[in-house]
Amino acid sequence: MLKVEDLHVYYGGIHALKGISLEVPKGAIVTLIGANGAGKSSALRAIAGLVKNKKGSISYKGKDISHTQPVEIVKSGIVMSPEGRRIFPHLSVMENLHLGAYSRSDKDGVEKDIKWVFELFPRLRERQEQKGGTLSGGEQQMLSVGRALMSQPDVIMLDEPSLGLAPLLVKDVFEIIREVNRQGKTVLLVEQNAFAALKAAHYAYVLETGIITLSGKGEELLADDRVRKAYLGG
Amino acid sequence: MNAAMFIQHFLNSLTLGSLYALIAIGYTMVYGILRLINFAHGEIFMLGAYFVFWGLTLVHLPWPVAMVLSILVTAGLGMLVDQIAYRPLRDAPRISALISAIGVSFFLQNVAIVFFQAIPREVYRPEWLENPILMGDVRVLPLTLFVPLLSFFLMMGLVYIVYRTKTGLGMRAISRDLETSYLMGVPVNRVIAITFGIGSALAAASGIMWALRYPQLQPIMGVVPGFKAFIAAVFGGIGSIQGAVIGGLVLGFIEIMTVAFFPELAGYRDAFAFILLILILLVKPTGLLGAKPEDKV
Ligand SMILES: Nc1ncnc2c1ncn2[C@@H]1O[C@H](COP(=O)(O)OP(=O)(O)O)[C@@H](O)[C@H]1O
Ligand SMILES: [Mg+2]
Repeated sequence: MLKVEDLHVYYGGIHALKGISLEVPKGAIVTLIGANGAGKSSALRAIAGLVKNKKGSISYKGKDISHTQPVEIVKSGIVMSPEGRRIFPHLSVMENLHLGAYSRSDKDGVEKDIKWVFELFPRLRERQEQKGGTLSGGEQQMLSVGRALMSQPDVIMLDEPSLGLAPLLVKDVFEIIREVNRQGKTVLLVEQNAFAALKAAHYAYVLETGIITLSGKGEELLADDRVRKAYLGG
Repeated sequence: MNAAMFIQHFLNSLTLGSLYALIAIGYTMVYGILRLINFAHGEIFMLGAYFVFWGLTLVHLPWPVAMVLSILVTAGLGMLVDQIAYRPLRDAPRISALISAIGVSFFLQNVAIVFFQAIPREVYRPEWLENPILMGDVRVLPLTLFVPLLSFFLMMGLVYIVYRTKTGLGMRAISRDLETSYLMGVPVNRVIAITFGIGSALAAASGIMWALRYPQLQPIMGVVPGFKAFIAAVFGGIGSIQGAVIGGLVLGFIEIMTVAFFPELAGYRDAFAFILLILILLVKPTGLLGAKPEDKV
């Protein structure tokens, strides 16, 4: 479905991604794990069209999208929930959701999807008129995922959704990811929380300073000595 | 001062304040979205007034038609300025766009001198705006009712666009977080262009009404009102539309009322705006309604 080949990303003199390749099959949860600064966000941002200075190919449903504008990428069915959630704090929960649907013009469909998101996240329904900035960290994460779902994506990319959340909430977030996947969305998940991510994922890639060093099924990597040493505390 | 005179001064203040407010809105919206001070905004105001003059004298259009057409043409011009002078510099350091803005300002002034010549021109004013209405012993110029009323309706229209339409939602999103707006699928460049269009339309409306109030056109006529409206926007809290309206009105009232109550200060009239600027920068640098620097529009 989504295929990245030999992707390089540069920031001025910094060579952040040094030729990574990965594949996200339809309906799967694929995770990209790695330490802080490994280049995980750069990979997602490159796919989303936010990074201009890049090399290599990114194709989606067989079409090259490496030069496509972010707006068009959203329209084509790939959406991203960015690191740090990036809720609009001065806009209401409802307005944040409508922003997620900005690329759509089917009003009825949007209303239906708002109901659907509220079913997935009943907390958001209760808080729909509240400003995004007044939500707790966990609620903001739900809003960020819900907002991304509002674009009717086929592929949803999540950049560290568990970042900064209490352990109990982290469990919830991964449950949400599984649920979203069950609802038919393909997921590309970036995480530092390797254990939870590997448990949730069908397939996983390990990224170290801009290079993919390992890949395999989630449960295989969970059992891999190198992964256990580096990311799972032995 | 009797009540009748006070009412006249009050209406004059409201008129001048509305004109400043309409210009200030354009400064504040563009700043809110791009963190750019559009120094060419005063020239947009000036061109709006000249376009009406053209419509009236060259094509002999009726007043309302000339006014609407001028507003539309000026809106288009504002969008064109954005496309040509600012859009190529979106990713450049902010100072580059600022310098470009100053360049556009001089350029438009000189274009106006070439096309309209530097000599001041008289503007024809429709009679129904000229003849004072008598209300008891109060003589009211229809213009001093017309300007605040039209300004009010324009501002209501603006509030509707910003708070009730999808494009307005996009504007409020971009002003807060550009990158995430891209991720939401907001067509950023289009929304920015529309912002320039709206700001320029309001400046044109102000310029046209200014020309009715002070019926003389000159290529430099936008400089002083533009500067004052900018100060009004800073006073209200640049980035905040409500702030721009309040700032414009406050400045209008200060100018008219000070001169009304202390006629001997009339010569310092243009200095009031700058005194206001210095005071607000000393007391509350973010302006009346300006919150944290990132909390705009
Ligand atoms: N905007 C940027 N400018 C310069 N360097 C950056 C920028 N964004 C990321 N980097 C650098 O690129 C590398 C990868 O960063 P990132 O993709 O954010 O990693 P991760 O998400 O895995 O923590 C890091 O060394 C980081 O410092
Ligand atoms: Mg990151």
